[in-house]
Amino acid sequence: MLKSITKSIPRIVTLLACAFLLIPIIQSVLAGLTVNYFRGLSSGLTLKWVARVLELYSGSILLSIWIALACLVVTLILGVPAAYALARNPGRASRVLEEFISLPLAIPGLALALALLQLYGTLQGFRTSWTFILVGHVLYTLPFMVRSVLSVLAAIDLKVLEEGAASLGAGPTRRFFDIVVPNALPGILAGALTVVTLSIGEFNLTWMLHTPYLKTLPVGLADSYASMRLEVASAYTLVFFVMIVPLLMAMQWASARAQRIMQ
Amino acid sequence: MTLTLTNIAKTFPGGVKALLPTDLEIAKGEIVSLLGPSGCGKSTLLRMIAGLETPDAGAKIVFDGKDVTRQSVETRKIGMVFQSYALFPNMSVRGNIGYGLKMQKLPKSEIEARVNEVIALCRLDGYADRAITALSGGQRQRVALARAMAPRPHVLLLDEPLSALDAALRGQLRDELALLLRQFGITAIFVTHDQNEAMAIADRVAVMSQGEVAQIGTPEALYRKPATGFVARFVGDAMPLEGRVEGDQLHLPGGILPLPGPAANSEVLVRAEDIRIDPQGPITARVETVTFLGTHYRIALSGASDTLLIARHSGLSAPRQGETVRLSVAPEALLILPKGVAA
Ligand SMILES: Nc1ncnc2c1ncn2[C@@H]1O[C@H](COP(=O)(O)OP(=O)(O)OP(=O)(O)O)[C@@H](O)[C@H]1O
Ligand SMILES: [Mg+2]
Repeated sequence: MLKSITKSIPRIVTLLACAFLLIPIIQSVLAGLTVNYFRGLSSGLTLKWVARVLELYSGSILLSIWIALACLVVTLILGVPAAYALARNPGRASRVLEEFISLPLAIPGLALALALLQLYGTLQGFRTSWTFILVGHVLYTLPFMVRSVLSVLAAIDLKVLEEGAASLGAGPTRRFFDIVVPNALPGILAGALTVVTLSIGEFNLTWMLHTPYLKTLPVGLADSYASMRLEVASAYTLVFFVMIVPLLMAMQWASARAQRIMQ
Repeated sequence: MTLTLTNIAKTFPGGVKALLPTDLEIAKGEIVSLLGPSGCGKSTLLRMIAGLETPDAGAKIVFDGKDVTRQSVETRKIGMVFQSYALFPNMSVRGNIGYGLKMQKLPKSEIEARVNEVIALCRLDGYADRAITALSGGQRQRVALARAMAPRPHVLLLDEPLSALDAALRGQLRDELALLLRQFGITAIFVTHDQNEAMAIADRVAVMSQGEVAQIGTPEALYRKPATGFVARFVGDAMPLEGRVEGDQLHLPGGILPLPGPAANSEVLVRAEDIRIDPQGPITARVETVTFLGTHYRIALSGASDTLLIARHSGLSAPRQGETVRLSVAPEALLILPKGVAA
């Protein structure tokens, strides 16, 4: 009897922790769907607030998706060859370079944003363009792409595979696209989902870099809580979840898959 | 294709002299094996022929009269079989075999036909559309060979192609590989550290030691007329007879053995099959172990020389452990070789 109680304690603790985290989320989501939050659920359910969010903030949603995709393209173009170069030259210099690329991870987004503002804040055309935010996102997400691809490349005998391809007449470019990229694909996929998820959810850095005309999804969320009625802000939270949760789940799945391949 | 290597050497950054200046000539259609212990520079030599490693200045690699020293691996038209096979995991068996043909930009129909041809030759029918991970070790080995052969290379280079297989399979594939290479009629260089493999497959064997070719010749020549003690030990497991040479006699702990001639500054070696158990023999020894191996007995003998001698005794019965026996060796069966060359 006592034993079964002690055994179930961890489970109860876990459930309580989940409830502690989930209840505010559920409450918030429900708030976005009720007609009047202060009168509670009895006032009825509605999609009115969600529609209002989509109407008011569709620009933010589209901008976020656009920046996330652009960020993905840039991190793919920069990150995959960088990971490849690091994997092919496993020396001291490579380790130092890897640490250097990962540096933005250790710096708070705020500091990164301030540095960018100091450097480029006076370039008018650039400062007010979406590419300014993009640069911040690329800096922040690139290490995730490089690490993800590198860990998969490090697990296969890339040098011998490439020598095999070279002996069959494949030049460096062919080898990169025929051998390196396909074999790095699980890592590229995991990296890509991480980049998109992080870019869409990024707040600290973006909040510093944004202008009133360039609000991304999370910046818009903060804005809605500050300036809209609570139901609208809550509906916004719901929209945010609907976008980010599937991405998070896909990212988990892809990382687990890449992990499996590395064994 | 005829292959001529002149003054080919390799010093790795850090100063490791993996290969000392070497000359080698390989005739069209010849199969040459590079045989030697681990670290003697076999792979380095093979990789320089392939173009995967750059030789030290002054080297010259000539394929059929054409200097390819400065050409990169992709343009040398070689075929290579790696120890780990280096099969592309992202392609099927067919994709792997066809890759070299695709690089030559042949029309699809011709690629298809030639891949099927090689698949049949290498007995891979039925596996063509499998993933590489769904193949056994022996099948992977054959895919690696098929992939290297499909583009019809000038020369086939194999770096320990059988060493990833277990012993039983290795023996079987060794004979299969020997047969296939002759069917292809290709010039081939085959790296191994297994003398049986080298002898079974090659027309000529280059025995290497510490970055040098100690001797090159047919398996018979190496076996019967080894140039150094190292070659004699490596090919056919010759054992040293450690004693004092006086004129044309060798004084051993177990007795005096007649030599075919004076042998100052030489070492004397003998092979297991040349040691006879002979009641009239001049040497006394004690039987330490007797192992019956079907075709013969393997007898370990002490007291004759400073180290244990192994005799290969064929006959219907063998002496017992602990017995004292007398041994003889025909003088012409002894290997008398200069002392202190490439230990
Ligand atoms: N990339 C390298 N850098 C430095 N030294 C090397 C390199 N590759 C090989 N060596 C050295 O060169 C020597 C010859 O190496 P090689 O690989 O040719 O030997 P091998 O005869 O093929 O041996 P094994 O049977 O073990 O494959 C060794 O001492 C090895 O340590
Ligand atoms: Mg080797």
